[in-house]
Amino acid sequence: MEVLVILVPLALVLGLAGLAAFLWSLRSGQYEDLDGAAWRAISDDD
Amino acid sequence: MTMQATRDFSHYVKDLGSGLKHIDLAVEGVSCAGCMAKIERGLSALPDVTLARVNLTNRRVALEWKQGTLDPARLIDRLAELGYKAYPFETERAEVKEAEQSRFLLRCLAVAAFATMNVMMLSVPVWSGNVSDMLPVQRDFFHWMSALIALPAAAYAGQPFFRSAWSALRVRGVNMDVPISIGVILALGMSLVETANHAEHAFFDAAIMLLTFLLVGRFLDQNMRRRTRAVAGNLAALKAETATKFVSAEEISVVPVAAIQPGDVVLLRPGERCAVDGTVIDGRSEIDQSLITGETVHVPAEQGTQVYAGSLNMSGSLRVRVSAAAEGTLLAEITRLLDNALKARSRYMRLADRASRLYAPVVHVTALVTVLGWVLLGASWHDAIVTGVAVLIITCPCALGLAIPTVQTVASGAMFRAGVLLNAGDAIERLAEADHIVFDKTGTLTLPELEVTNAAEIPADLFSLAGRLALSSHHPVASAVAQAAQAKSPLVGAVEEPGQGVRAELDGVEIRLGRPSFCGAEALAAARADVDPAASIVAFSRRDEKYLFAVRQRLRPDAEAIIAALKLRGIGTEMLSGDREPAVRAAAAALGIAKWRAGVTPAQKIARIEELKRQGRKVMMVGDGMNDAPSLAAAHVSMSPISAAHLSQSTADLVFLGKPLAPVLAAIDFARKALHVMRQNLLLAIAYNALAVPLAIAGLVTPLIAAAAMSGSSILVMLNALRARSVGRS
Repeated sequence: MEVLVILVPLALVLGLAGLAAFLWSLRSGQYEDLDGAAWRAISDDD
Repeated sequence: MTMQATRDFSHYVKDLGSGLKHIDLAVEGVSCAGCMAKIERGLSALPDVTLARVNLTNRRVALEWKQGTLDPARLIDRLAELGYKAYPFETERAEVKEAEQSRFLLRCLAVAAFATMNVMMLSVPVWSGNVSDMLPVQRDFFHWMSALIALPAAAYAGQPFFRSAWSALRVRGVNMDVPISIGVILALGMSLVETANHAEHAFFDAAIMLLTFLLVGRFLDQNMRRRTRAVAGNLAALKAETATKFVSAEEISVVPVAAIQPGDVVLLRPGERCAVDGTVIDGRSEIDQSLITGETVHVPAEQGTQVYAGSLNMSGSLRVRVSAAAEGTLLAEITRLLDNALKARSRYMRLADRASRLYAPVVHVTALVTVLGWVLLGASWHDAIVTGVAVLIITCPCALGLAIPTVQTVASGAMFRAGVLLNAGDAIERLAEADHIVFDKTGTLTLPELEVTNAAEIPADLFSLAGRLALSSHHPVASAVAQAAQAKSPLVGAVEEPGQGVRAELDGVEIRLGRPSFCGAEALAAARADVDPAASIVAFSRRDEKYLFAVRQRLRPDAEAIIAALKLRGIGTEMLSGDREPAVRAAAAALGIAKWRAGVTPAQKIARIEELKRQGRKVMMVGDGMNDAPSLAAAHVSMSPISAAHLSQSTADLVFLGKPLAPVLAAIDFARKALHVMRQNLLLAIAYNALAVPLAIAGLVTPLIAAAAMSGSSILVMLNALRARSVGRS
C-alpha cells in the first residue's frame, strides 16, 4: 500500500508532464501546418 | 501616353512594431515540398527579409521584413519570378475565430484524453480487485485519486458542452449537449457521493471517457469547417480584385478594391475585368457582361454607359467614375434576392439536430421511469437513483456524437481529392438529397476561357504566326488565339490599334490580326456568321491570304457524359441561361438536355426553382455568374466552378476545380454514400443503446460494462465512417 502512495502520484506527474508538453507544442503553433511539417522533416537543407 | 502604375499593398501590411512589417500572401500552385523550399529560399535571399515561411496546409506564405526600402510589391514579383502567383491576403475575422475555437477544442481534448488514460490506470485495478482481494481502503484511495483527476479535467474539458447546453436552455431549447451535460455532471456527482460512502462502484472513468470521445467528434467537425473556411479565404484572396485608380490626372496606382471610394476614377484596360460599378466618362470599347447577365454578345461602351463589377473590357481603354465599390458593387436587386433566399435556407435542419431533438426527451424519460420503477418495486431511493444515473451514462450519445462528424470528415477529404471544396458543413446531407439539377450555361457547362474552334482549317505556319502577333494584343479574343497557337515570343515592332487589331511587318510584308474590316475580310466573315452565329470572329491577313478564327466558349469536355450519368442516377437535368436562344438551343442539343430556357433573368431563375420546390423536388443549382448568386442561394444545394464570380462562390455550398464537369457527379456520389453511412452510423448507435439500456434499467451496468460498451460502439462507428472514403462502381 505504501508504495502505491508514491507510485500513483508519480505516474500522474509523468502524465501531466506529457500533457504540458502537448499544450506547449500546441501553443507554439506546431499543428498549424501538418502537411508542411511532414515534408520539412525529410528536406535536405541545413 | 504611357502610364506605369505603382502597386499599393499598404492595405494588407501589418506593423509588428520594432521596425518589422508583416504580410500574408495566398499562393497559387504550392503543392509539394519542393515548392516550399524553393519559395522560402528564394524569398529569404532578398535583403531585409527576416522571415519567409510557407504553410503547405493552407497554401499561404507569411513574410516579415525590416521596415525601410523593401516594397511589398517586390515580394510578389519575386514569387512571380519563381513561378508562383501570389495575392495579398487579409484573414477574415470568421477564420480567426474558427482557428481559436479549434485550438481550444484541441486543448480540451488533450486534457480529457490525459485524464481518461490516468483514470483508466486507476480503474483497471479496481475492476480486477473487486473480484479478487482488493482492500476497501485501497479501493477508496484509487477512487479518490480518480476524483482528483476527473473533476478538474471534466470542469475544463466539458466547457464546450456545458456552454452550449446552457445557451440552449436559456432560450428554452434543447440540444444534444443538454443530455450530455446532465449525464456527465450527474455521473461525477454520484460517483463523488458513492466514493465518500466507501461504495464499490464509481463512474469517474465512464464520465471522462465520454467527454473524450465526444470531443474527438467535436474537433473533427470543427476542423472540417476550419479547413473549408481557409480554402474559401484563399479563393477570396486569389480573386481579390484590384483596380487601377487615378491618384491624379496622369498618375495611376493599382490598389485593392477595398480602398476604392465612390467618386474615384479608375482605368479599365482591354482584357481587364471591372471590379466596381460605375459610369464610363472617357473612352470607347466593347464589354462582355456575360458574368452579370449570361448574355454572350458584347455590348458597346462609350461615355455615359453603365458598367457593373464583373464586366470584362474587350477592346479599348475606359475611364470609369465609381458609383459603388467593394461591398456596394452588386446590383441592389441581386443583393435583395440573395438575402431572402439565404434566410429560407437557414431553416434546413441537419440530421444530427433532428436526431438530438428526438433523443433528449427519450433518454430523460427513460431515466426517470427507471428511478420511479425501482422505488415502486421496493428498492431504496439511493439504489434507484444510482441505477437511473447509470441509464443516463450508458445512453449518453457517445457514438451518436461521433456518427456524423467522422463521416463528414472522411467524405469531405474524399471530395477534396476529387476536386470539390465544401463551403458549408451541412452541404453533404443536402447534396445527397438532390434529385434535380438546374445548370447555368455560360461558364458552367461551357468553359470560362475562349477557345479557337476551327484550328484545323488554318495552315499551321500561319496559325503560329497569328499567335505570335496576338501576343501583342490585350483583347481577350486575341489572347485565345495566342494560347491556341501556344505562342511564346511576340513579334518585334507589333502595333496595337485600339478597337481594331494588331499589325506588324515581317520580312517587308505587313500582317494583321483583328476585326474582319481591319484585315479586309468582311465578305468571309459574313459567310462565317451564318454557320456559327455564337462565335466571335477574328481575322488574319498576310497580303491576299486571309483566314478567320472562330473563337467561342467550348462545352466542358466531359459535359455530355456527365449529364448522361446524372440521368442514369435518376437525377433530372435542366438548363436556365441568360444567353440568347440559338446559343442555348445548340448547347442543350449537344448535351442531351431536354428542358431548357433562354434569356432568363435572375428573378425568373428563382421563380423556376421555387416552382420545382413546390413540386417536391430537391433542387441543386450549378452556376457561376453573378446573376446566378440568388438562385444558388435559393436552391436546396448549390455548386459553382472555381472560375465563378466572387459572390457566387461565397454563396455556393460547394466549389469545384478544373476543366471537367466530373466533380459535380463525384460530389453527388460521395454525398450519397456519406449520407448512407451517416444513417448506418446512427442505426449502429441506436442499436447499441437498445442493447445497453435494458441492462442499465435492470441495474446490471457496472463501470466496466459502461466503459467497454462506450468505447466499443465509438470505435465501431469510426471504423464504419471510413467506408465513406470510396464509392462503389455501380
